[in-house]
Amino acid sequence: MNAPQTSAFDFSRALKEAGLIAGAVVLLAIGLVGFRTVDVPGGIGLITRFDDVVAAAVLAFVGRLGIALLRANRPRPVLGVSLAFAIALTALLVHGALSETASAAQRLLPFASTVVNWVIAIVAWILAARAARLVWHAASDMSADDREARMDRLGARVQEWARFVGPVLLGIAIMLPFLPWTDRRLLDIGILVVTYIMLGWGLNIVVGLAGLLDLGYVAFYAVGAYSYALIAAHFDLGFWICLPLAGIMASFAGVLLGFPVLRLRGDYLAIVTLGFGEMVRIILINWYTFTKGPDGLSGIPRPSFFGLPFTRDPPEGVESFHSFFGLEYSSIDRIVFLYYVILALALVTNLFTLRIRKLPVGRAWEALREDETACRSLGVHPRNTKLTAFALGAMFGGIGGSFFATRQGFISPESFTFIESAIILAIVVLGGMGSQIGVVFAAILLIGLPEFFRDLNQYRMLAFGLAMVAIMVWRPRGLLAHREPTVRLSDHPPPSGGVQPAPRQ
Amino acid sequence: MGYFLQQLINGLTLGMIYGLIAIGYTMVYGIIGMINFAHGEIFMIGAFISIITFMVLGLIGIGWVPLALLIVLCATMLLTSVYGWALERVAYRPLRHSPRLAALITAIGMSIFLQNYVQLLQGARVKPLQPVITGGLRFFEDGRFAVSFSYLQMLIIVLTISLMIGFTILINRTALGRAQRACQQDLGMASLIGIDVDRTIALTFVMGASLASVAGLMFLLNYGVIDFYIGFHAGVKAFTAAVLGGIGSVPGAMLGGLLIGLIEAFWSAYFTVEYKDVAAFAILVMVLIFRPTGLLGKPDVEKV
Repeated sequence: MNAPQTSAFDFSRALKEAGLIAGAVVLLAIGLVGFRTVDVPGGIGLITRFDDVVAAAVLAFVGRLGIALLRANRPRPVLGVSLAFAIALTALLVHGALSETASAAQRLLPFASTVVNWVIAIVAWILAARAARLVWHAASDMSADDREARMDRLGARVQEWARFVGPVLLGIAIMLPFLPWTDRRLLDIGILVVTYIMLGWGLNIVVGLAGLLDLGYVAFYAVGAYSYALIAAHFDLGFWICLPLAGIMASFAGVLLGFPVLRLRGDYLAIVTLGFGEMVRIILINWYTFTKGPDGLSGIPRPSFFGLPFTRDPPEGVESFHSFFGLEYSSIDRIVFLYYVILALALVTNLFTLRIRKLPVGRAWEALREDETACRSLGVHPRNTKLTAFALGAMFGGIGGSFFATRQGFISPESFTFIESAIILAIVVLGGMGSQIGVVFAAILLIGLPEFFRDLNQYRMLAFGLAMVAIMVWRPRGLLAHREPTVRLSDHPPPSGGVQPAPRQ
Repeated sequence: MGYFLQQLINGLTLGMIYGLIAIGYTMVYGIIGMINFAHGEIFMIGAFISIITFMVLGLIGIGWVPLALLIVLCATMLLTSVYGWALERVAYRPLRHSPRLAALITAIGMSIFLQNYVQLLQGARVKPLQPVITGGLRFFEDGRFAVSFSYLQMLIIVLTISLMIGFTILINRTALGRAQRACQQDLGMASLIGIDVDRTIALTFVMGASLASVAGLMFLLNYGVIDFYIGFHAGVKAFTAAVLGGIGSVPGAMLGGLLIGLIEAFWSAYFTVEYKDVAAFAILVMVLIFRPTGLLGKPDVEKV
C-alpha cells in the first residue's frame, strides 16, 4: 500500500480540515437550506429542513476526508467507502424511480430532492473512479502546469483540425433537417444553437479580436429585433430588406455608444456597456407609444422564400411555397427554412470574420488587443479602430436580433435581459477567445445540452452557472485557448506554445 | 422646500444602502483588480437570511424590537460572510493568476448560480415582511404636505455611519487594515514581507459580504419585500457608485453611493420614475468620460 511517493498522512490535520469544511457547510446551509419560506394565504410561512443541512454537512466532511486521503495517495479506503455509497445510493434511486409508492427505504436518501441525490451519486462514482485509478496505476506525477500545457497543445491541435472538423460539422449542420431522427424539437434546438453561434461569432469580433469587453451585447440584439419588427410593421417591408436595415441600425447604435465610451479601458468599458444594455431595455419597457412597452410587439411578419410564403392558405394572388414546388403542405417546411437562413447568416459571419482578420483593420484589432500603447505609437488610431470592431460586432448582433424577431413572431423586453449578454459572452470566453471553432463547441455545450434537459427546468440555470465557474476554474483561458497572430512575418518561426496571457491593463 | 427635504432624506437613506454594497466592490477591486459580479447576490442572500431570522424570532416569540434587530443583524452578518468566504475560496482563488476576463466570467457564473440557488430553495415569489419599525418624526407640516423622517430611516443612517466609522478604524489602525492596504499596493511585495495574502483577501471578502448583508437587512426593512432578483440591480448600481467615487477608494464608494441614491431620488421626484436607472447610468458615463478615475480615485499611471 505504501508506494514510494506516499507522503506521511497527517490524520489529525485532515480531520481538522474536514471539520472546518463541514462547519462552513452548516453555516452556509442553515439559513437558506434549513429554513424554507413558503407562500401561505396572506403572507409567508416557514418550514424547516434540518435533515438536509445535516446530510450536506456529513457528506462534505466525508468527501473532504476522502479527497485528503486521495491526495496523500491512500486510495483504498476511499475506494471502498465511495463505491459502497455510490452503489447503495444508485440502487435506492433506481428503486425509487421504478416503484410508484414511497417505501421505507426512501427515507434513507440524503436529500429530499431526487436531482440532488443523483448529483451526489454521480460525485460518489467519480470519486470512486479516481480512487480506483490510483489503486491500479501509480499517481500521475503530472503537475498542474504540465496538464495545462497538454490541454494547450490539445487546443492547438483542435485548431489545426478545425480545417477538417469545420467542414464535417458544417456537413452535419447542412444535413441535419434530413437526418432520419430529426424532429421538430431537434430542429428548434438546432436553430437556437446556431443563433447563439452566430451571436458568439459576432461578439468574438469585439471581445476575441479587438479585446473589448462588452457586457451589453444584447442591446444590439434588441435594437436589431425591434428595428425589424417596427420597420416591417410601419413600412410594410419584407424580411430580406429589413435584415440589412436592422444590421445598419444596430451598428449605428454601436457607433453611438462606442464613440464616447471606447476610450475607456477594460472593466470600465464592461460596466458602461452593461449599463447601456440595461438602458436600452428600460427604454423599450417605458416608451410605450413606440415599442408597446412590456406588452411587446406581436404579429411580426414571417420570412418568405423569395416571395413565397410558408402558409397553408396564402392570400389571393400569392402562391405559397408548397404549391409552387408541388409539395404537400407541411408546417415543418418553415422551420427547415428558418434553420437554413440562420445557418447561412452564421456562415456569412464566420467567413467575414476569417477574412477581415487578414485585412489591415483586422490586424490592427489584434495588435490593439495585445498592446494599445504600442499601437498608438505605431500610428494606429485606437478609437477609430475599436469603433469599427464595435460597429461590426453590433451589426451581426442586430442581424441575429432580426432573425430572432422573425422566428418568434413576438418580441418583448423580457427577451433582452442581461442574462442573454452574459450567455453570449460566456460562449465566447469559454470557447477560447478569438477561436471560431471554440464558439461552436461552447454554444453546443451551453445552449444545446441544457435544452435536452428542459424537464429539469428548475435546475437548468443553476447548472449553467456552475458550469461557467467549473470550466473557467479548469481552463481559465477557455476550452480551446490558442491565440496566435493571424499574420506573422515569415522569417520568424512560430514559437512553441504561443499562448500569451491577456495584457493586464 | 418640504418636498425637496423629503427627497433628500429618501435619497440619503437609499444612498447609504448603495454605499454599503459599494464598499465590497471597491475593496475587492482594489486588492485583486476584479469585478466581484456576485457581490449583488451576496447582498440578496443577506436580505433573505434577515427575513428568515425575523420569522424564526417571531416563531419563538422574541418580540422586543431592539433585541430582535440585534439578533438579526448578527445572524445575517455571520451567515452571509460565510457565503463571501466560500465564494472567494471556490470561485476566485483558483483564478487569481488567470486573465481577468476569466475571473469576470466566473463571477457572472457564480451570480447566476446563487440567484437560482435562492430561487430554488425559497421560491420565486416576492417575500413580504411586516413593518418592524414604525413611526417617525414629522416636521414642516403645512396642512397638505409634511416631511417625514421615519425612525427606520434614522436607524439606517445611524447604523451606516457607525459601521463606516468602525470600518475606517479597521482599515487605518489595525494590522489587518495595514495588510489590506499593503496588498492593495502590491500583492507580490506584500507576500514577500510576510503578509498572508490568501488570508487577507479572504477576510476582505468576508468584510465586504458582512457589509452587504447589513445593506440587505436595511433594504428589507426599508422596502418590506424582497425576491431573489434584487441583487442584480442593486449590485449594478452599487458598482456604478464604486466607479463614480473612484474604484479602490473606500470613502469614494460611500460618496458614490450617496450620490447615486440622491440622483435616483431627485430624478424620480422631479422627472420620471421610469427612467431613474437610465439617469444613474448616464451620470456614470459622464463621469467616466470627464474624470475616468472617479471622484476620489487616484490616477492610474500607465506603464509600458
